[in-house]
Amino acid sequence: MKALKYILAGILFGIVMTKSEAISWFRIQEMFRFQSFHMYGIIGTAVMIGALAIALIKKFKIKDIKGQEINFPPKEKTWMRYIIGGTTFGMGWALTGACPGPMFVNLGYGYLVFIVVIIAATLGTYAYGFILRKLPH
Amino acid sequence: MGSIIGGFISATFLSGNEAVQISEATISDLATLGIAAPEGLQFTDIFSWEALLSVQGWILLVAGGFLVGFGSRYAGGCTSGHAISGISALELPSLVAVIGFFIGGLFTTHVLFPLIF
Repeated sequence: MKALKYILAGILFGIVMTKSEAISWFRIQEMFRFQSFHMYGIIGTAVMIGALAIALIKKFKIKDIKGQEINFPPKEKTWMRYIIGGTTFGMGWALTGACPGPMFVNLGYGYLVFIVVIIAATLGTYAYGFILRKLPH
Repeated sequence: MGSIIGGFISATFLSGNEAVQISEATISDLATLGIAAPEGLQFTDIFSWEALLSVQGWILLVAGGFLVGFGSRYAGGCTSGHAISGISALELPSLVAVIGFFIGGLFTTHVLFPLIF
């Protein structure tokens, strides 16, 4: 029963991502060619709502549903991992036209070959785990 | 799990799989690469099992998926973690990661795609 709230949030996410066409490879291509406001509108609106929500949570010390304080641990101030890791992610994002969430939405939508993309992505996370000590962070 | 169900609900009850209305500029750019205008939600030549018989299919699906997985762990987040939550929290590292996303995405789109297709 605990899982139910996550499943409901996932269902909402899946519907919004599909209806906004954010799961489409074509929309990601359009974004990386700066030829439409579409994806910038979706991400920009999400950032504005997120920033407002975080500001309200901090100002009124809003608790989570278990009554615990909500913390925003600051990210470590290193740069290599964000630049190199970000660039690697961006290349994959342009190739697949999907970031991790939309991969699962595409699978549910009926593009079953996304299971291959998901397996490849999982292997990518393991590969990172194997060589992370050798990488600059 | 929920995301998969959400995608399924959208496909089954909420849509007629209309062609994505991308801009004319994108359609003509993609045409120069030999990619047809969208007929549905996705680029079906690539997001099909037959694509696994082509080099392009392997690059986009397998290499692309691998880079997404590797990169999102290396960068410590993806679109939701850095671009949306991170920037919402005014985190400078997240802004740097998003700049990285665009370096990788722009390079792939404008330099690699003409070589792949």
